This record gives sequence, C-alpha cells and structure tokens, in this order.
Amino acid sequence: MSTQAKSLPQGGPDFGQALKDGVIVAIIAFALLGPLVGLRTDQNMANELIIQNRLGLAAILSAIVGAGRFLLSAFVYPWLTARGRKTKAAVTLAELETRATRARHLSIGGLAFLFVYPVLIISLVGVQGSIKWVDNFGVQILIYVMLGWGLNIVIGLAGLLDLGYVAFYAVGAYSYALLAINFHLSFWVLLPVAGILAAFWGLILGFPVLRLRGDYLAIVTLAFGEIIRLVLINWKAFSGGSAGISSIPKVTLFGLYSFDVSAPNNFAKVFHLAASSAYYKVFLYYLILLLALLTAFVTMRLRRLPIGRAWEALREDEVACRSLGINTTNTKLTAFAIGAMFGGFAGSFFAARQGFVSPESFIFMESAVIVAIVVLGGMGSMIGVALAAVAMIGGTELLRELSFLKAVFGNDFNPDQYRMLLFGLAMVIIMVWKPRGFVSVRQPTAFLFRRKTVSGDLVKEGHG
Amino acid sequence: MRVTAGGLYFMEVFVQQVINGITIGSLYGLIAIGYTMVFGIIGMVNFAHGDVFMVSAFFALIFLLLLTSWFGIASVTLALILVMVISMVLTGLLVWAIERIAYAPLRGSFRLAPLISAIGMSIVLSNFVQVAQGPRNKPIPPVTREVYTLWQGPTGYPVNISLKQIIIWVVTALLLAAFWYVVQKTALGRAQRACEQDRKMASLLGVNVDRTISLTFVIGAALAAVAGTLFLMYYGVVVFSDGFTPGVKAFTAAVLGGIGSLPGAVLGGLLIGLIETLWGQYVSADYQNVAAFSILVIVLIFMPQGLLGRPEVEKV
Repeated sequence: MSTQAKSLPQGGPDFGQALKDGVIVAIIAFALLGPLVGLRTDQNMANELIIQNRLGLAAILSAIVGAGRFLLSAFVYPWLTARGRKTKAAVTLAELETRATRARHLSIGGLAFLFVYPVLIISLVGVQGSIKWVDNFGVQILIYVMLGWGLNIVIGLAGLLDLGYVAFYAVGAYSYALLAINFHLSFWVLLPVAGILAAFWGLILGFPVLRLRGDYLAIVTLAFGEIIRLVLINWKAFSGGSAGISSIPKVTLFGLYSFDVSAPNNFAKVFHLAASSAYYKVFLYYLILLLALLTAFVTMRLRRLPIGRAWEALREDEVACRSLGINTTNTKLTAFAIGAMFGGFAGSFFAARQGFVSPESFIFMESAVIVAIVVLGGMGSMIGVALAAVAMIGGTELLRELSFLKAVFGNDFNPDQYRMLLFGLAMVIIMVWKPRGFVSVRQPTAFLFRRKTVSGDLVKEGHG
Repeated sequence: MRVTAGGLYFMEVFVQQVINGITIGSLYGLIAIGYTMVFGIIGMVNFAHGDVFMVSAFFALIFLLLLTSWFGIASVTLALILVMVISMVLTGLLVWAIERIAYAPLRGSFRLAPLISAIGMSIVLSNFVQVAQGPRNKPIPPVTREVYTLWQGPTGYPVNISLKQIIIWVVTALLLAAFWYVVQKTALGRAQRACEQDRKMASLLGVNVDRTISLTFVIGAALAAVAGTLFLMYYGVVVFSDGFTPGVKAFTAAVLGGIGSLPGAVLGGLLIGLIETLWGQYVSADYQNVAAFSILVIVLIFMPQGLLGRPEVEKV
C-alpha cells in the first residue's frame, strides 16, 4: 500500500502523460471509427453498395474520444485516487447503517410519490396530456420494476443466473392472449392462470438445469428463451407466427366497467366524462403498481420463511447447504417457479396493455435488459432494482423526448436510434464503476445478536 | 414435390449437404476458438464475441468496397487477402480496446460482473454498427461464381463444390495450423497455457499475465475476423444483427467440443455445421436454429465437459 502511494505523483496531475494517453487513444479511435463511421456503405440508385465519405465526422469523434481520455488521465483519475486514499478506511458499520436508513426513508417517500404520480400529472398537464407521461414513463418503468423484482428472486436471492427470463414473460403474455381470445375469459380469471402456467414452465425449464451453475446455467437458460421464441415464430397454427396476435381484450374494472369505447358500461360514459384513453392508462398504472408491490411484498415475506432462507443459503454455498440437509432440488425449483410466476403476471399485463403480442417483444435483448436492471441495481436489493429500472428505462425513454436536438444536429438526427447504444454503454460504465450496483449494502434476514447491515461484497450474489 | 430425401438422389444430396455443412462448420469453429480460449484462461463467457465477428465482417465489407472502387484493385485474390489482413488487424485492435475498457478493470470482481459487462458490450457493438452503417442488409456482388462438379449422380443430379467453399476450407486449415503452431511452440503459447493452468503461479514465474490475457483476446478476435471475412464472401451479405445467432452457435460448438479445448472447438464447430445443414435438409428448415439451441441444452445438461474437455471438479 505504502509503495503504491509513493509511486503516485504528489504534485498535481501529470499533463505530459495525460496528453500522450489522449493522443494514443485518439489514434486508436480513429483507426476503428475511421472505417466504421467515416466510410458509410450505402446503396445507390442501381442497388449497388457505394461508400459515402464521412471521414471528417470520424475525425471529430476520435478527437472527442481522445480529449475525453486526456481529461480522465489529467483530472478524474488523480481525483479518484486522492479521494480513495482519504475514504478507504472511513466506511464503517455506522456509515453503512445510515446508508440503509436513508434507503428506507427513500423507499417510503418513493412509494407515496408513486401513488400520487398520475394525479399529479393530470393536474399538471390535463387529462389528455397525461397519457404520454403515465403510459410511456409510469407503466413502462413499472413493468420493468416488476420484472426486475421477479428476476431478483432467482438471481439475487437464489443466486441462479437466468438469461432466459423473457420466456416466462412470453408464456404469460401468450397465455392471456390465447385464452382471452379463444375462451373469452376475463383478465382477472386469466391473471392467476397465466402465473400458474409460467410457474409450470419455470419448473419444466428448471428441472433439467438443476446440476448446472454459473455461466453454464446462464447459457442454457438463454438457449431455452430462444427456443421458446423460435417456436412461437414457427408454430404458426398455435401462435400466429411472427405476425403475432392482435385485438387482445382490454382489462375491465373487475367486470363492473369496461374501457372499450363501444361497450355500454364504458367507464367514461357511465361517469359522463369526456371520452379519452387516459382513464384506461391511469387504471393500468395502478394495476401494474399493485402487481409490482405484490411482487415486492411476497419477496420480502418469503425471505423470512424457511424457503427464503434456504435460497440465500444456496446462494452462499451449495455444498454446505446440502450437507445441512436442505433439499437443493426443491429450493432451486421453487426459486425458478416463483420467479417465473411473477414474470407470467407481468406478461399477461403486458399483453392486455398492448392489445397485441408477437415474438418480436420477447427477444434476448429483453432478458438482457432485465438482468442488467437487476445487476446494476445491486442484486438482492429491492430499492436498488427499482432505481436501476427508473434510471435505465426512464433514461432511455427520455431520449424519445429530445426532439429539440433536431434543431442542433439537423433534421436527420433521430435521438431514438441511440437508445439501445446508450443503454449498452451505461451497462458497461456502471459495471466498471460500481460492480456491486447502485445499492451496495444488504440487510441479512438471519443474524446472531443484532441486525447489522453488511456490504454487498460480503454476500455471494452473482458468484455463480 | 422433390424426391431427394426419398432415396433416388439420396447419396448425392447427402454428400452435397455434408460439403455445405463442413463449410459453415469451419466458420463456427473459427469463432468458437475465441470463446474457448477466453473461457479457458479467465473463465468468462465473452458474450460480445459474436458481435465482434459481425463487426469484422463490416470491416471486410468496407475495405473490399474501398479497395475495389477507390483504389481499383482488379485482382480478387489480392483484394481478398488484403481485406482479410486489414480486418484481422482492426478487429484485434478493437477487441484489445474492449478488453482494456470493459473487462480488465473487472478482473478479480465477482463472476457475473464481466459477463454483464460483455452483454453490455455486445449491445453497444451491434447498435453502434446499426447507427454508423445503417440498419439495412449490405449485399456485395459475388466475389467468384466458379463451381466445380465433383460427380454426377445416375440421373444427372450433380454434387457441386464452389470455389468459395474451397477457399473457406483451405484458409481455415492453414489458419488452424498456424494457430496450432503459435499455441504449442511459441513463447506466447507457452505463457498462455501456463496462465490457463494457474494464473498466480504463472505470474510468480515471470509471465506477464495481463498481457497474455489481452493477447488471448486479440488472437481469438483475429480468428473471428477471418471467419467474418469468409462469411461475407460466402453469403455475400451482412447486416448489423448478424452477430447474435452465429455467436450462440459458435458458443454451442465450443461447449460441444469441451470448453477450454482447442481441437474440441473445431470439432464442435464442424459437428454443429453438419447437424444444422442435415437437419435443415431432412427434418425441417424452419426449426434449424431450434435444433442448434437444443443441442446446446442437451450437451450442457448431460455432458457438461463436452466431447474433448476435462470434467470440472468442484473443490470445497
């Protein structure tokens, strides 16, 4: 430690070295961006590929990358090491305790905010203007919060890395879509059915992979997810193929009021309100909010039950777990099944909200997004997963709103296409910066004398 | 109604499909080596490897157009060789940069961290190419149309092998030989095998572990770049989303052959290629990819050590 401290420059940043770094990085960046950005392939009128010269743009981008590297070397890294030296020993138990208290207050405040959010939005921008904010931001983010919390049971608690979670989401969505269209059953009957079916699939997929751990498990679950999607595409008689299933019935207000415009008991008609789809969106918002809270509540209670303790024990050490007489087969299967069940609930909600499902909605990227949310939030931390969902989904949704940038970059500029690119970059940057996720403290449910908050480094979440 | 599967042309169709299968399988094998080497040395599934393959095909595409249209190189052979070398160099550089940025800081972190980072990188690469090069298919005119007929069946059904297929076979064989020499006979290969066995011990004995790991990534990338160039030449088209499926199939090949085993990766690649084409011919073309993914699942469940791999022993 002391030798390392000595070797660091004491008298301010080393600009010469930083400049060298910056120039080297700019050259490397130009070597890579030059072809990829600077020489864009395009089709001409005769359908032949031609090269469009944009080397100037590539040079500008490389210069920006180099300048970024220069700033990092000159200012950010020295600052980080200086800060790291100061605070390294300062993280005490008390510090962790206050952080946990802060997280608790934050969650209560956040919950209150979530319940008044639609009212707030409607009073701010009116009924019609609220649709975008309630639907695109509220409902969209809450779906991912719920999926994140559901997957958190499998990854965060039981420590099983599942890269095919979207398969259960798909099972839920297709169960609702097919049963509602073919048997005219209501959403409220089909919600539990979809959950049960998804849990059943969780068992089917969980059973063969019992012996696998870590990366192998991840890849097998990925393959299962892809198989389900490919079957949905190719088995046209069952699922409608890649065209999907449309005109899926809407959710009703427990059968009392409908949100169908033509129905006699249409909500807006009965209450003599101006016709608008905003009421349905607000209703969906509260529905998914309650479903997500149900997921959170069940998870928190399960952690205090023997099965929840067994999950966490399994995560920490499978061999020790088995030698203490815990049935690891049942423990793993219940984790898969319960996680899958919440995925199924979310899926049937998704189908009812969209009114349309197709295999396009259940690509691997969706699984990756959900896993990213769970890991970036801090596996096992409910509040962290929720924060990550808000940051990643809300952040990328915000890009859709940045049309004013067209004034700066010209009309061809479409911020929407950078959505997934920035999402991926954020994944990498957050992982490198904070491998333990946003919330890096954990609250053990089992303790010897006194409840202590521990650092995320002490638990084996994500060890395979 | 074709009678090919029935028996009349059975032999010819079968041989033709085997030739096609070996061709695709060679490409999978080349990609699979990248997976298996990285997994062997740091125990990480380099999820972005499939997208690295796709980017290398784009490098090849761009420089092929550049050489033929801007510099007017008429000789196809010369253009192909140049393109392949450029693509190998640039892809190696790209992967070296990726390793420095996204994987090296996470060494020694918990196991999921590099995997998540690699998934992020895979999203970055495919979306970057989509933004920079556009979302459309990029077709090129065929590099060569030369086809040789090996023999004709009794009713005139020919068994063909195209010049492209021969190029793929020859290039793959030459590269594998060169690669085998590097791993078995050179100092780099020795350092790499040492790191694979025991990283700490290797570093105590003076092996620069970080550099060896970087070079492992770069070698894997260079082989993927060869596969990318050959892929572009063979199919004549590439698109930004082309990384995922070949990536997963090559990973399947690595697992089937026994992850960590280099001959296993090539063997696995050839088997996956054969199974895929034969499945497409005799069972169902729609479910071709389902077959590949099912093999992955079945192998991992029943034979996790693969065909040529060593069984993994869990130490307590």
